[in-house]
Amino acid sequence: MIAYIIRRLFYAIPILIGVNVLTFALFFVVNSPDDMARVHLGVKRVTPDAIEKWKAERGYDKPLLINKKASGRGVLTDTIFFDKSVKLFAFDFGRSDQGRDIGHDIRTRMWPSLAIALPVFLFGLVAYITFALLMAFFRATYVDFWGVVLCVAMMSISGLFYIIGGQYLVGKLWNLVPISGYDTGYDAIKFLVLPVLIGVIAGVGANARWYRTIFLEEINKDYVRTARAKGLSELRVLFRHVLQNAMIPILTGVVVVIPLLFMGSLITEAFFGIPGLGSYTIDAINSQDFAVVRAMVFLGSVLYIVGLILTDISYTVVDPRVRLE
Amino acid sequence: MPRSISAWVVIALALTAGCDGQPWNNPYPASQAGTNTLYSSFSERPKHLDPVQSYAENEYAFIANIYQPPLQYHYFKRPYELVPFAATELPRPALYDAKGRRLPDDTAAGEVAYSEYTIRIRAGIRYQPHPAFATDEAGRPVYHNLKPGDLDGVYRLSDFKQQGSRELVAADYVHQIKRLAHPRLHSPIYGLMSEYIVGLKDLAQTLTAAAKALPEGKTVDLTQYELPGAQVLDRYTYRIRVNGKYPQFLYWLAMPFFSPVPPDAERFYDQPGMAARNITLDWYPVGTGPYMLAVNNPNRQMVLERNPNYQGEVYPGEGEPGDAEKGLLADAGKPLPFIDKVVFSLEKEQIPYWNKFLQGFYDASGISSDTFDQAVQFGGQGDVTLTDDMRARGIKLQTSVATSVFYMGFNLLDPVVGGYTERSRKLRHAITIAIDQEEFISIFRNGRGIPSQGPIPPGIFGYRDGKDGINPYIYDWANGAPRRKSIEHAKKLLAEAGYPNGRDAKTGQPLLVNLDTTTSGADSKSRLDWYVKQFQKLGVQLVIRATDWNRFQDKVRKGNVQLYFLGWNADYPDPENFLFLLHGAQSKVKNSGENASNYANAEFDRLFERMKHMPNTPERQAIIDRMVAIARHDAPWVWSFFPKDYTLHHAWVYNRKPNQMANNGLKYQRVDPTLREQKRKEWNSPVVWPAVLLLALLGVSIVPAILTFRRRERATAALGKA
Repeated sequence: MIAYIIRRLFYAIPILIGVNVLTFALFFVVNSPDDMARVHLGVKRVTPDAIEKWKAERGYDKPLLINKKASGRGVLTDTIFFDKSVKLFAFDFGRSDQGRDIGHDIRTRMWPSLAIALPVFLFGLVAYITFALLMAFFRATYVDFWGVVLCVAMMSISGLFYIIGGQYLVGKLWNLVPISGYDTGYDAIKFLVLPVLIGVIAGVGANARWYRTIFLEEINKDYVRTARAKGLSELRVLFRHVLQNAMIPILTGVVVVIPLLFMGSLITEAFFGIPGLGSYTIDAINSQDFAVVRAMVFLGSVLYIVGLILTDISYTVVDPRVRLE
Repeated sequence: MPRSISAWVVIALALTAGCDGQPWNNPYPASQAGTNTLYSSFSERPKHLDPVQSYAENEYAFIANIYQPPLQYHYFKRPYELVPFAATELPRPALYDAKGRRLPDDTAAGEVAYSEYTIRIRAGIRYQPHPAFATDEAGRPVYHNLKPGDLDGVYRLSDFKQQGSRELVAADYVHQIKRLAHPRLHSPIYGLMSEYIVGLKDLAQTLTAAAKALPEGKTVDLTQYELPGAQVLDRYTYRIRVNGKYPQFLYWLAMPFFSPVPPDAERFYDQPGMAARNITLDWYPVGTGPYMLAVNNPNRQMVLERNPNYQGEVYPGEGEPGDAEKGLLADAGKPLPFIDKVVFSLEKEQIPYWNKFLQGFYDASGISSDTFDQAVQFGGQGDVTLTDDMRARGIKLQTSVATSVFYMGFNLLDPVVGGYTERSRKLRHAITIAIDQEEFISIFRNGRGIPSQGPIPPGIFGYRDGKDGINPYIYDWANGAPRRKSIEHAKKLLAEAGYPNGRDAKTGQPLLVNLDTTTSGADSKSRLDWYVKQFQKLGVQLVIRATDWNRFQDKVRKGNVQLYFLGWNADYPDPENFLFLLHGAQSKVKNSGENASNYANAEFDRLFERMKHMPNTPERQAIIDRMVAIARHDAPWVWSFFPKDYTLHHAWVYNRKPNQMANNGLKYQRVDPTLREQKRKEWNSPVVWPAVLLLALLGVSIVPAILTFRRRERATAALGKA
C-alpha cells in the first residue's frame, strides 16, 4: 500500500503543475499586472509611475510565461509564472500582494472554519445516515413517503434561506443565540450553535435522500434476505450488514471532503461573521491578489488529492476485498 | 438526525444561558456589560492603515481617530471650517516672489513663486503607549536591535511586553512628509504633492536610487535625507514650502497624509522579520490621537481604545444655529474623548447587521434599500420621518447631503456623443433631459438624493440654490421649484442635433448609444432597464455593455466609451475639488487624470486656474458661476444627483452630527451604557417555548416510529413461532 500511496503522490505532481498553469492563465486572462497594481494602489490619483514601481517591487514587471529578452534557462525562469509558482511546491506561500504572510493567515483563519465545518460534518453524517436508515427501515410506509417528501422539499430550498430564516427565527424572534459574530475558546460555542444547526438542517434533504437510495439498493440484495432468514432482527440487519456494505459509496463522497473542511464556507461565514477561510479566496479574487489566489487554489488541489488517496485507503478498511497495489 | 440535533441544541442553549444576566443573544462578552463602549461595524477589511498610503473612507474610520494631523474640521460648524488640531493655530501662508521677497497675502497667483506654511504644534502631546518607544533603564530603546531569535513566538504587537511613549515633535511631521516620496510606500498623493512641495520630486529620485543600492531587505533611512520643502525650525515648529500659491493646501493638512509618524516607530517596524510576521506600520498605527488600535483582526473585530496619553482637547462650545437647541453643545468644555472603547465588528451582510442594530447591539446604523420602509416613511409634504416602530424604540434619524457627486459622463472624444458643436451639445442636452433623475431617486434611492444642477454639491462654496442655481438647459423654474423640461423639448433638441425621432437624418439609421457599466446581475437589471426606457422616450437605443472593473477602467483610459457611470467623494470642501474633474489638464486619455469625460474648454480651464488660488470671495463665486454655466452649456455629464445619507442611532448615543469631512468624530460622541443595558435586556428576553415545543414535537413524531418498529419486530417473531 505504501508503494501505491507514493505512486499516487508522484501522479499528483503533474496534476498540480496543470492546476497551477490553469490558475495562472485564468487569472491573467482577466487581470493584467497593471490592473492588479491599480486595485492595490486605490482608485484615486494613481499615476502610471506608481503602477510601474508597484509592479517592479513585486516582480510583476516581468513577462508572464516566456521571457524573450532572457537567454538560456532565463527564458522560462525569469518570468512571473516561474517566480510565483516554484515555491508553492515547497509549501512556501510567501507574502500576499498586500504584503501579509499567507501561511500565517491560513493558519489563523482555518480554525474558525473548522469550528463550524467539523461539527456540521460529524453531526450531519450521523443525522443523515440515521434518517436514511429510518426511511429504509420503514420503506413503502407513510414514514418513508413523508420522509422523502420532506427531503425533496428541504433540498429544493436555497441554503441562503436556511441562514436568513434561521437567524431571524432563532436569533431575532426567539433571542436564543447571537445572530452573528465570533469569539475564541468556550465563548465561541454560542456563536457556533446556529450556523452548525443550520448547516446540518440544510444538508438533510439531499444527503438523507442519497443515503436512503444507497441503503435501499443494499437492502434488496441476497445477503440481506439470508440474514433475515437466519432470524436476525431488522435493527441488526440494518446496522450490522446493510450499513457496513453501503460504506463504499458513502465513503466515496465523505472521505474526500474531510481535508477540505478547513477551507470553510463563503456564505455561512459571511452571514455569521465567522473569521474563517471561506472568504479568503473570494476576497483575494476581488482584490486581485494573485499571491493568495494561487496559494489557495494550490492548497485546495493538494487537499483534494489527499482526500482522494484517503478515500482509496478507506476502501481497504471497510472492504477486505480491496487491495491497493 | 433529530436526536443528535436536539442534544446539540440543548447542550448549546444550556451553555449559552449563562448566569451573567446578559441576554442570551448578546454577541459581546459579559465583561463588557455596562462599560463605556461604542459598538460599530465594518464591512470590508481596511487595505492600508499607514497614513501615507491610506486614501479610503473605510480606512479613515480608524486612522483618523488615531493620528493627529495639524488641523481638523470643526465638528459642528457649517460651511465646513478648519480649526487647529495638533497645531496651536491655523497657519497663514506667507507668499514670496522668485527673489525670496515677501508678498502681500492678496497677491495674484502668477506673481507668487512659493508659499510657506509655518506650523507650530502644542507642546506636551504624547504618543500612545507602544513598544517602539520602550526604553531600558539606561534610556536605550528595548526593541530597536532585535535579533532573529527575539521574534520567536511574536506574531502581534501585543507580544512585545514593554511599552513606552514620547513627546510629539515637529520632526515627526517632517518625517511623514518625506515618506510621501518613499519609493516603497506608493503614496497616492505623491504625484500631486510633488508638483507643490519643494524638492519632493528630487527626494523621490534620490530615495529610489538609494533603495536600489541597498541590499535586499534593507530600507532607506529617511532621517539621512533632507527635504527643502519641509524643515524643522525648532522642537515644536516646522515649515512647509510649496510652489506657487495653493490655498487648498490647508485642507490637506487636515488629512492623515500629513499626520506625524515617528522615525523611531518606522525603525522598529523596519527590522528584519517584522514584516514576515505582519507587524508593520501599515497594520499597527502609532499615533497621538484620542484613540489607539488595541485589536486589529480585520477578519473579525477591530477595537479602538482611549489613548491614555491624550489630553488637552475639549468639547466645542460653538456650532451652527440650532445645534444648542438640539442639545449638541451641552457637553461644551468637557475633556475629550468621552468613550473609552470602540468595538468595530465585521458584518459583511446587511441583514444580520440591521437585526443586531434593532436588538441594541450596534449603536448606530445606515439604512439600506432593503430596510428603508421598515425605518423611514414619507409624510404628506414629502417630509421624512421615522416609522412608529423606530420611534417606539427611541431611535433617532439624521440626514445630510454627502459631499459627493454621482454622474453619467459623456466621452467628449467620441464622434457621436462627444465634440463641441452645437449639434453635439443639443444631443447631450436632449439625453440629459430625458433621463428623469427625480424618478430615479424616487424609485431606486428611496428619495435619498438631490438632482444635481451642476458639479458642485450643496454645502460647498460655489453651490447655488433656488432659481439662480438651476441648470437652464435642463430645468425651468416653476411654482418656486425647478421643473424638468418636457420630453417634447428634448425631442426637439434631438431633431436639431440631426436625429429626429432618434434616427440619423442622413442615413435613417437608429441612433445607438453604448453605456459601459460595471454594474451587472439581477439587482442592477431593473436599474439598467430603467435607463433603456429613458432613452426610448427619445427613440434612442441604449446598449448596455456590462464590463468588469478592469476592462471598464481600461476603456475609460483609452477613451473607448460613449457613456459611463462614475462618482467622486470630496477630499476637501472646496469647489476646486469638484471642478477639477472637468479641467482639461486632468483628461483621462491625454494625462491619466480624473477627467474621464476628457472635457476641455479653454475658457473653463483658464477660469479654473484663476479660481483655484482664490479665497472664498464674491469674485470667486462669480468665476465659479461662469464655469458652471460653461459646463452646463457643454454638458460633459448627465448631471445626475448628490446622494443624501440617512443614519439612525439609538437613544443612548449623544452628540452625533453628520460631518462629511471630519472622520475623527468618535471623540465627540457619548453613550449612556446604563440605558443601553436596560434596553438590551428589554428587547432581548429569550423566548424558549418555541424551541422546547419543536423539540417535543420532534420527540413525539419519533414515538410512532419506535412503536411501529417494536410491533414489527414482535410480529415477525410471532409469525415465526406460529
